[in-house]
Amino acid sequence: MEKVNIIGAGIAGLSAAIRLARMNVQSLLISSQASERAQSVLAEGGINAAMDLMGESDSWQEHCSDTLKGGVFLADPNAVAGMTAAAPGLVRRLQELGVPFQRENGQMIQRNFGGQKKKRTAYAKSSTGKVLVNALIDEVRKAEAAGLTKRLCHHDFVRLALSEADGQCLGVWIRDTYGGACLFCPGPVILCFGGFCGLFPGLSTGTSQNTGDALATVFSQGAVLANPEFIQYHPTTAAITGKRLLVSEAARGEGGRLFALRNGRKWYFMEEKYPELGNLMPRDVISREMFLVSRDPACGGEIFLDMTGLSPETWKKKLPDLRAQILRYLKLDPACTPVPVSPGIHYFMGGLYADEGHRTSIPGVYAAGECACQYHGANRLGGNSMLGALYGGGVAAESAAADASVRGCAGTSVGEDFCFSEENETVSPAFGQRLGAILAQGLGIVRDAQGLEGALEGVRGLLRQPGITQAEARRCLLGEAVLRAALARKESRGAHYRSDYPERDDAGFRKTTLVSLRSGRMEVSFREVPARREAGDKYDARHGVSKSGICSKSSCREEEAGDEASG
Amino acid sequence: MKLRAEILRRQAGGEPYLQTFIYEPADEAETAASMLTNLNARKPLRDADGKEASPIRWECSCLQKKCGACAMRINGVPGLACDVKLSACGERIRLEPLRKFPVVADLIVNRDIMRENLIRMHLWLEQDALEPAADQELAYDASRCLQCGICLEVCPNYYGGGPFTGLAAAVPAARVLQLEKRGDGHGSEAERKTGPGKEKPKLFGRLRALTGEKRALPLARAYEKQVFEGCGKSLACRNICPAGIDAGRLLASSNAVAVWKRLRSRKAGRES
Repeated sequence: MEKVNIIGAGIAGLSAAIRLARMNVQSLLISSQASERAQSVLAEGGINAAMDLMGESDSWQEHCSDTLKGGVFLADPNAVAGMTAAAPGLVRRLQELGVPFQRENGQMIQRNFGGQKKKRTAYAKSSTGKVLVNALIDEVRKAEAAGLTKRLCHHDFVRLALSEADGQCLGVWIRDTYGGACLFCPGPVILCFGGFCGLFPGLSTGTSQNTGDALATVFSQGAVLANPEFIQYHPTTAAITGKRLLVSEAARGEGGRLFALRNGRKWYFMEEKYPELGNLMPRDVISREMFLVSRDPACGGEIFLDMTGLSPETWKKKLPDLRAQILRYLKLDPACTPVPVSPGIHYFMGGLYADEGHRTSIPGVYAAGECACQYHGANRLGGNSMLGALYGGGVAAESAAADASVRGCAGTSVGEDFCFSEENETVSPAFGQRLGAILAQGLGIVRDAQGLEGALEGVRGLLRQPGITQAEARRCLLGEAVLRAALARKESRGAHYRSDYPERDDAGFRKTTLVSLRSGRMEVSFREVPARREAGDKYDARHGVSKSGICSKSSCREEEAGDEASG
Repeated sequence: MKLRAEILRRQAGGEPYLQTFIYEPADEAETAASMLTNLNARKPLRDADGKEASPIRWECSCLQKKCGACAMRINGVPGLACDVKLSACGERIRLEPLRKFPVVADLIVNRDIMRENLIRMHLWLEQDALEPAADQELAYDASRCLQCGICLEVCPNYYGGGPFTGLAAAVPAARVLQLEKRGDGHGSEAERKTGPGKEKPKLFGRLRALTGEKRALPLARAYEKQVFEGCGKSLACRNICPAGIDAGRLLASSNAVAVWKRLRSRKAGRES
């Protein structure tokens, strides 16, 4: 069987490589930089798994329903059931790989995270992503030594090679950024290149490496996008030079409280408005409340995260890195002074359309991690991103291996003619900034038709500019796709809030947004969210979990009915 | 205040040369990384003599000291560009690539050797960790290495291609050695298959006691050869780690597992 090409070496890419190696399938792990530089290392708070370690009678079914509810019922319920059922097994596997999860008196412990009433977030202080990536790198190294995985760092994704006859993927073109040479790698392709925060330079918590250009290329080659309008604004971020600094949700999980100064007095607005979950409501709800409170003339515009009540023990044992980071970049000691925070772009729930097996719309191409649309629906719960990447990478690897054994070898054909021009493949920083400013204007926490259409006009204006490069044009098209999806969704749901359509409209829009580009025409359509399979359908044990049924359709309906009533 | 930024430039295959740019930081928070970003955003980019210059090549990713991409020599001291404030540099700042690695272009060096060294050292878990590390704090600290190469840059004993792999290999090795210690990873192949804590290992353990020496892990052997024996104890790496990892503590722990314990077991074997 031919090698499987993995693009991106963060958690999803590493997970895919490990799964393939375990199946004795060779892979090429291709990334612009080493895994230590992947955005996954910035993940702080933890990874969710209903391991029921805290005596709260937790279950994966509850994790599943919290995830679906947090995503306002837009996520594929079967995929989410698969992920949440596998989660405890995956975290146990991470323990076997030696991830130093937090322990107390010899026992692993879990913390509270947003949108969930039970403590199910496993963590390692406030650098969970970093320690997790480190353990996965060590495991991939074993596969490298065994000749199963070959790593190509400092190689950029250039484009997919597609068959002109049937559109099937033949392989991928990559480029050595050190030497400049382009290389064709035949075989299936698993895309794990992360989100598209690069569409908003300087305005997100992500890395400068996640430019979004790989996604823009794949989109321009015909891959369908799903739910791109759902952009997560993390409630607690702060501007630092060149980006936004994340103040982890773990700070609130450990007792941090949001307040505004209303007429000079502290107003803990989240606790007052949402007594049950308070500061741990899902991120979309908190960001929206912060947006509204900051515009209240009585509140002076600023919002603070008060972590002064956290014990010295908590700072030392659970959040030392967070404190050091705030001290360093914001020049404040959060143990003594409330920290001014505001929402910032943090995560993209949508991305490449991927089915339950992580297959994209292009045969032979798979997507996992933040670049794929799976698991999070209209809003992602904290602690589910690393889980989605870890689980999704494994599922994509299995699908790629299974399909390849049926499909056979695509050979070494390189598909269409291809010639790389560095000049044409560059987005100038100034252009990126202008496009980012236009998009951010339209795609804020609160949106409306006027703002979105204004932004769309702005993007079209940029596209008409003489002398723009192909990469700049593709980035514009990706931006246009997000705007058009946001315009077409005439309702408010999760991270997509329209002031001109403030209600949730299940009949019209409990659907997956699909955006495609065919022969230069961009089309937006909606597809029903897959129905939850009947109870009795079983998940197999391939991800290290015992066989167990998924929630029945009736309990799913009850959940939604309950949500309607409370919402 | 205007700043003279001297940058050591080098195109592929060409000779290095210093090029100076004039830069005015917008605020106190600006770093060497933000300066490079902003210089490259100038169109066209001109040096202090008004000559047009190509964009400065450098690597970055997180911009918050968490990924190690932007390691370079800043005013002669290796550090992360996102960590060095311009306000601390006075009227001039000099940026050069790290010297212990081959230069690709401008400030980019090829650090592939670091990954290759870790493969050479067999740095992975031979068997699943059945128990967590005895010292969780240590395992956590050892997991935080950025693989930036700064500790190798200052080390008088490290050179690319040499046998000594330096602290950049010793830090991640500390986690694995900790775990192998708990799982008694010094066991035989047969024991590894059976897993510790079951009937058979005890038998194998007794056999090992009779023959004297346990079969050491490849990592433990490699650690002894490639870290322990090569380290000249100059302590140059002691306070240079941008992640603030306590190297001394990790080295002491790994030395105990990979060197002293094995030495004792070898001695015991000879004496019996």
